[in-house]
Amino acid sequence: MKDTERKQATLEYAQRLGDDAVVLGHRLSEWCSNAPFLEEDLALANTALDFIGRARMYYSYAAELADDGRDEDDFAYLRDQREYRNLLLLELPRGDFAYSMARQFLADVYNLLFLERLMQSSDERLAAIAAKAIKESRYHLRRSRDWMLRLGDGTEESHARLQRAIDDLWGFTHELFEIDALEQALVEQGVAVDTPALRDAWLEQVEQTLAEATLERPADDWAVKGGREGYHTEYLGHLLTEMQALHRAYPGCDW
Amino acid sequence: MIKENLDLYEVFIRARRGLDHKHVGSLHAEDPEQALEYARDIYTRRGEGVSIWVVRSRDITASQEDDSEAFYDPSNDKPYRLATYYELPDEVNNM
Repeated sequence: MKDTERKQATLEYAQRLGDDAVVLGHRLSEWCSNAPFLEEDLALANTALDFIGRARMYYSYAAELADDGRDEDDFAYLRDQREYRNLLLLELPRGDFAYSMARQFLADVYNLLFLERLMQSSDERLAAIAAKAIKESRYHLRRSRDWMLRLGDGTEESHARLQRAIDDLWGFTHELFEIDALEQALVEQGVAVDTPALRDAWLEQVEQTLAEATLERPADDWAVKGGREGYHTEYLGHLLTEMQALHRAYPGCDW
Repeated sequence: MIKENLDLYEVFIRARRGLDHKHVGSLHAEDPEQALEYARDIYTRRGEGVSIWVVRSRDITASQEDDSEAFYDPSNDKPYRLATYYELPDEVNNM
């Protein structure tokens, strides 16, 4: 792999990871003023800000690699949905509280495993971002795992809602462990994380928590994919419309 | 979850090693573990602390307004309980 190729691929990779973070961060931010009670509202807003901070780090790095005058805002606010390469699981609407917590748990287990590997990346910047983010993710998982147990092993209503959420989300988790040619090439360079290798550890942790929460593990009989290629659910467009409206109306605005 | 089912907790934070835990406020949570997490999210976001205590508010026994006469007034006429009441000899004046 030539240096210029590696740089271009790393740019694309950092942008993907930024997309994952900004989309999930935005979904979490939608709970602000809508959470079941004040304490949870603040906790969710904190988590949202962690992901938005993470997106800034990835996008800033991507902007540096691009070196064409774009900055982090250009990546977040001036790309359309086909250019976004986030995992589909993260863009699904926030749904009810059980749904958001189930998604968060599935993503947090993944993030922790992912960041542990990314810390070992041969790319120092990505390794440094991972080292910073992993501390947040440990706390995120502590919280979302807690909610899985509370809701799953809670009332009849909370159990039913959480089971429905897990069932509805399960088919979107397979994409987390897919890898394309770009990432495969970066894995060989020691830059990217070999995500297919994470699945066993992820499944083990998720299954253990599902059992503890008295939930059933859904069957692997359907899968939706396409986020890394820019093929999204109908929901991402709406999310971006809202998220980008201000920046598009007042380009470069600052406050 | 219904807020009425949540307990009130008092939160104490130690700002730095060597200092006491100070009362910073209260919050609602389902159990002590959750209270600890919410305390972290609500009261330590700007690097305020190195240690958190949470206590169920109802586990605190507090003095009542009605008690104040019996509790505090008797000390008003006992100045000899204050160090400043005593005249010290010059030799120990730096106490």
